[in-house]
Amino acid sequence: MMDTKLNGPLPAKPARWPFYFFLIGLFTIVLLSAVYIGANPLTFIQNSDNMIELIVSMFPPAWSYIATTTPAMLETIRMALLGTTIGMIFSIPIMFLCARNIFRLRWLTELSRIGLNVLRTIPDLLLAAIFAAILGFSPLAGIVALSIFSIGIIAKLSFEAIENIDNGPLESMAAVGANKLQWIAFGVVPQILPHFVSYVLYTFEINIRAAAILGLVGAGGIGIYYDRALGFFAYDQVLALILYTLVVVITIDLISLKIREKLL
Amino acid sequence: MSQRDQLKKARAKKRGKLALLLIGLIALYVWAIFGIEFKGIQETAGPVTKNILKGFTSPDWSYVYSPNGEDLIRGLLETLAIAIAGIFLSILLAIPVGLWAAKNLSKNSITSQSGKGVLSFFRTLPDIILALLFIKVVGPGAFAGMLALGIGAMGMLGKLYAEEVEAMDPGPVESIAAVGGNKLQQLAFGVLPQVIPGFISATLYRFEINMRSAATLGLIGAGGIGTSLIFAIQGRSWDRVGIIIIGLVVVVLIVDLLSSALRKRIT
Repeated sequence: MMDTKLNGPLPAKPARWPFYFFLIGLFTIVLLSAVYIGANPLTFIQNSDNMIELIVSMFPPAWSYIATTTPAMLETIRMALLGTTIGMIFSIPIMFLCARNIFRLRWLTELSRIGLNVLRTIPDLLLAAIFAAILGFSPLAGIVALSIFSIGIIAKLSFEAIENIDNGPLESMAAVGANKLQWIAFGVVPQILPHFVSYVLYTFEINIRAAAILGLVGAGGIGIYYDRALGFFAYDQVLALILYTLVVVITIDLISLKIREKLL
Repeated sequence: MSQRDQLKKARAKKRGKLALLLIGLIALYVWAIFGIEFKGIQETAGPVTKNILKGFTSPDWSYVYSPNGEDLIRGLLETLAIAIAGIFLSILLAIPVGLWAAKNLSKNSITSQSGKGVLSFFRTLPDIILALLFIKVVGPGAFAGMLALGIGAMGMLGKLYAEEVEAMDPGPVESIAAVGGNKLQQLAFGVLPQVIPGFISATLYRFEINMRSAATLGLIGAGGIGTSLIFAIQGRSWDRVGIIIIGLVVVVLIVDLLSSALRKRIT
């Protein structure tokens, strides 16, 4: 007998209305947000000749501006380098405090994690604005802001790497009576070092991008020239700056990527 | 040569490489540290720091809500609205570009490569620079910020979407093609059901970044809480700076928590 019979009626399809309800809710929120900030597509269309004018006035890019801004570009790279380095140094103790398998004190790791999460909510440019107010309009403000910003990224990525390490070497070291410091230096560090260096390089890539705009709030680097060029409506200079930043960022990304590939 | 000599040689070579690396690093840091123009710290740094810390411990609670005029809640709502409207715009833009850039959806590699090129161009443009340009087009305010975020996030979202599509199982698409489904049907019933969870997860992740970005846009006049913050900093009203940062941290933390809880449920 080859014919098959259905055992009773088909199962009922799940109701569709909660999904539709959800979609309607989502669109309502988006629409309300758009209305709240006065996002009117008409404004954009009406001003589209502004847009075209802006783009036209960008060409040809003012190549000579690249020579003028090179010292500032080098300063940007210096800021990113020093900011990342200082951030790296400070993130070392923090990442060990946050990892659950290093210190088995629940309150300590949880407290460190909350601190780290709070730190990570503050955007880089905002830190720069505050430190520019404290330290004055100088690259130093940018370096301090980038250092703090880097701690958030490096410590977060690294403590997750620490939690994923192999427990074997640690247990054998504890078995032969190693103290905490030896345990970290010879059991944990060799396992996470490649990851750690890779995260530092990744943070450096992010920091180069960040350092390029910190100047807008007075924290040094090439950002100040964006402000200047836009203030003079010199859009050809703006485009030259954008392209210059692009080339530097891509070059550093490539170098960093090559090193990271070698590491892992 | 004995094995021992070989080992020795290899070790010497490794040491040499390490020394070279160290010298290079030291040179880099000398260049960086001595190149920084250090003008000294301004004398007001001490008192200002003290005032900022005082601002955090005794924030200006009256600023949280005021019935007329600008207050913290309105600023934060505007920031949230910029992030939401911005992410919606970038979803609309990123889906077509992401599909265009996916390797496995196009026949020749030139198509997908050009899509990837477009995406990486937009990814390198900082949101803030885009905002500065859009301010020139639509005037200062939240709308410029939203457009900047919408365009800026497209590069990253499109890349994540394309990667999601490239990682999918080709089976369903092939079977739909085998029974005569056209391109659109393949997309709608073969591709989309597979990639939607990944798309949602990527979008939520980007939304977390958008929240932080939206908070900084105001520093250059593109709406949101940043505007109030930069005025408070310039006006040296540190108790107000304190309450704004506290409010911002709370909202961003809530958004992060909600988003990561949602992402965990989806994937």
